[in-house]
Amino acid sequence: MSNWQRFLETFFDPAMLAKYWPAILKGMAVTLELGIAVVVTGLGLGLALACIRSYRWRVLNWLIVMLVDAFRALPPLVAILLLYFGLPNVGINLSSFAVLWLVLSLVLAAFSEEIIWAGITSTSKGQWEAARSTGLTFSQTLVWIILPQAIRLGVPPLTNRTIAIVKNTALGTVIGVPEILNQATTAQSFTGNATPLMMGAIAYLVLFIPVVVAGRWIETRFAWKRA
Amino acid sequence: MDILVEQFFNVEIAHKVLPLLLRGLGTTLWLCLIVIPLGLIGGLAVALATTSLRRALRWPAVALVDFFRAIPPLVLLVLLYSGLPFAGVRLTPIEAVALGLGLNTSSYFGEIYRAGIESVGRGQWEAARSTGLGPLQTLRFVVLPQAVRNVLPDLVSNTVEVVKLTSIASVVSFPDLLYSADMARSLTYNQTPVVLAALIYLAILWPLVRLVSHLERRVAV
Repeated sequence: MSNWQRFLETFFDPAMLAKYWPAILKGMAVTLELGIAVVVTGLGLGLALACIRSYRWRVLNWLIVMLVDAFRALPPLVAILLLYFGLPNVGINLSSFAVLWLVLSLVLAAFSEEIIWAGITSTSKGQWEAARSTGLTFSQTLVWIILPQAIRLGVPPLTNRTIAIVKNTALGTVIGVPEILNQATTAQSFTGNATPLMMGAIAYLVLFIPVVVAGRWIETRFAWKRA
Repeated sequence: MDILVEQFFNVEIAHKVLPLLLRGLGTTLWLCLIVIPLGLIGGLAVALATTSLRRALRWPAVALVDFFRAIPPLVLLVLLYSGLPFAGVRLTPIEAVALGLGLNTSSYFGEIYRAGIESVGRGQWEAARSTGLGPLQTLRFVVLPQAVRNVLPDLVSNTVEVVKLTSIASVVSFPDLLYSADMARSLTYNQTPVVLAALIYLAILWPLVRLVSHLERRVAV
């Protein structure tokens, strides 16, 4: 057997490919489902927190900053392990899927709040004053004048952060969420062959390469032209 | 309330596991001292390739960056640690972790440097070259100082991400802070070690997160 054949046999064994593609496909569905859930709740919560912060209620702002700082500083895997093994002790039983979703949503919310808030504070005071003087209320000004600009300004960093955080769904394997990596390592431990791992890696590339390429496009599309 | 204190803030257990966690912290910091310079230097090389005017250099570099940005670092780590032995290459845990995190981090730092270099503008290159500076001198004395200043908040912010990222090394049994805490948790049946580890991470990274916010505000003005 030539080296090339042995390589193919080890990393791309057709029998393994045939046997395990349904498992990997199932993993892709779980990863996709988690990814979409995290993006929706994470960005939604981040936007909501940034809006609440712009009303500048002292105590509430202080709490938001604490929450945001904590989730920017804490490694997500630490939060995942803490919630997954800790919550049952206080009588809260969440599934591993729910824990992963909750933690990654909070992390994404923290980063997106910071980015949108930076956008809100960078719009000039004159815009607020002009909008208010036309009779718009504070909330109307925020929603119709300030947020569209703040969000536009934040699109490139938001895209990057979102991709990086959604990739962290792979951390779910540690607490047994049946996503791609989990399916791949489980299959690998049964077979003693590297094919399932390669399938897992390829599954991630299939899901994320289009997102990364789209991210590049969005970045140039929304970039502020510098002189 | 008692259960909460007993399970999450148990002073006795905290006292017992602290030396173990500090040893783990030492390993984490040591790993950071390998991975951060690796990423900063590798990233610069990546950025020079992705901003190169030569297509033969630029395209493969962009493809490589996109590859490492698309693949989750944990997947890369598992591939290097459990996949490579099948090809006859057996890496020690530290080699696998340093290589995996180094490749991932270089790609991210590379993108940040690229944004910085692009923000300086081609005219500066041309002006510097026309005064008689060589390409390396232009890079060293004209472009990089401005590029780094322009993206300083992102560089610091990504450094925070790298420190956080080292925690995934625990998954391949690398005895870092999180690994030690998780070990202690399963030995004591108590959450205090992980809470303690979380507090240690916060104590190190929270000031850095504040610094990032501060730098971002200063650059934005």
